[in-house]
Amino acid sequence: MLEIIFVSTLNGVLYGMLLFLMASGLTVIFSMMGVLNLAHASFYMLGAFFGFEISRRLGFWPALVLAPVVVGLIGMAVERYGLRRVHRHGHVAELLFTFGLTFVIKEVVEMIWGKLPVDYRVPSGLDFAAFTLFSGNYPAFKLFGLLISVGIFIGLLMAVRHTRVGLIVQAALSHPGMVGMLGHNVDRIFMLVFGVGVGLAAVAGVIAGPILVTQSNMAGLLGPILFVVVVVGGLGSLGGALAASLLIGLVQTFAVAFNVSLADLFGGTAAGAILSVWLADIWRVTVAQIAPILPYLLLVMILIFRPRGLMGTRDT
Amino acid sequence: MLEVRDLHAYYGKSHILQGVDLDVGENEIVSILGRNGVGRSTTLKAIMGDPEPRGEIRFRGTPVVGRKPHEIAHLGIGFVPEERAIFPTLTVEQNLLLGIKGGRRGGRWSLEETWKLFPQLKDRASAPGGALSGGEQQMLTICRTLMGDPDLIMIDEPTEGLAPQMVERIGELLQEIARRGISILLVEQRLVIAMRISHRVYVMGHGRIVFEGTPPELVANDAVRREWLEV
Repeated sequence: MLEIIFVSTLNGVLYGMLLFLMASGLTVIFSMMGVLNLAHASFYMLGAFFGFEISRRLGFWPALVLAPVVVGLIGMAVERYGLRRVHRHGHVAELLFTFGLTFVIKEVVEMIWGKLPVDYRVPSGLDFAAFTLFSGNYPAFKLFGLLISVGIFIGLLMAVRHTRVGLIVQAALSHPGMVGMLGHNVDRIFMLVFGVGVGLAAVAGVIAGPILVTQSNMAGLLGPILFVVVVVGGLGSLGGALAASLLIGLVQTFAVAFNVSLADLFGGTAAGAILSVWLADIWRVTVAQIAPILPYLLLVMILIFRPRGLMGTRDT
Repeated sequence: MLEVRDLHAYYGKSHILQGVDLDVGENEIVSILGRNGVGRSTTLKAIMGDPEPRGEIRFRGTPVVGRKPHEIAHLGIGFVPEERAIFPTLTVEQNLLLGIKGGRRGGRWSLEETWKLFPQLKDRASAPGGALSGGEQQMLTICRTLMGDPDLIMIDEPTEGLAPQMVERIGELLQEIARRGISILLVEQRLVIAMRISHRVYVMGHGRIVFEGTPPELVANDAVRREWLEV
């Protein structure tokens, strides 16, 4: 039992931090530019495929650096030559633009790498057990992924708090127009933020690729969860995105790990006999079976009871 | 210094400014008066580039129309919006530092001087901007724009919603700014302050300038006051 809790916590925090790498970019882009980037998960997927391709040729370490940089540059180009032009026509046009972009990226990925999963493996240098606990081994690569994402989070926090660009970014979160009128080039800041935001998603892709499966539907699988994280955390709140990422990471891993149903909990009791009739439909459904629904259930609850999200400052 | 000719601006399809002409000279304090909704704020915003102005605007001979807000700020025009737009999560000091433009330092105004002018702000230097009172926020937003060392500062309704004592302080600050050789284009609701400190006043009505003159001339002109100012 203790082993399940420990391993699930580690896995949950890892999954949560990877979610946060993506959600942080998404929420900052949204609050500064008012653009809900539907293609955010697609950039994560690009990160995974570029990571795979570069690892194959140059090794994993160059891939970890180069893939996010390349994806970030693509993101900046998308902002500069796509979004900025579409921006004039309003938010619906922007949404459609990023929505269309998800299909473009998916098709391009399928043209190059096909629809089947590619053989993106844990690099041999990190393919060992970090520690053995009870009877199981915990893979070093997962621990490494956790450290990288925590490291990036801290680095980002320092950059935002202690640099001038960070100060301008923080200011632009509340009043982007005013920042421009004080003489700062807001367009350039937007382009930078978009590039860094999707670059972070690519870092998550490079790390998640070997752990999960690198294939052309991975953006589609992750995208919805990402929006759950942003809405639950509160649009425009980095702290909220962190809390929601960890919450959803932990909820999902714990739910999968526990094979408990109502029948197991109340089976032998007197009330159990009545409940088993009343709740016949869900009597033997285990927590693990409903795990995929939990984040969406959380989304619905948040929208009903706390529409601003956990720490959001504006209405969703 | 600032010449505006036949300025038009739109919000969506509504034609807000319908040919505004105005001038601000060196070292001059000029006020735009008028009722709510006649386009006074929009005039300032359009000069700043948002909403997109049509017509001709020149600042010291340089054409302004077609430039982006940050480029216009770098020409030397500062803007203090009515909504103040304090960055609420940043400290008072950080708010002020954001007023400094990249690559242009050591202007007429520094942090020390701001502290000297407003000891109240210094006491709250590390408080978040969102925690200040209305009057303190107004001082902060004016000082923030001054940190960018503008040659012309446009201020929209600085005394709105402030206590009489604070209104006096703002009036003094405006005169102090003018003494340092900065021109002021002021949009004001309170005639008293505007009439006392302005060299010239414009009255706006329905997106156009309907009167131009000195404060005494406006006082003497009953017709204009009755038609365009009194409620």
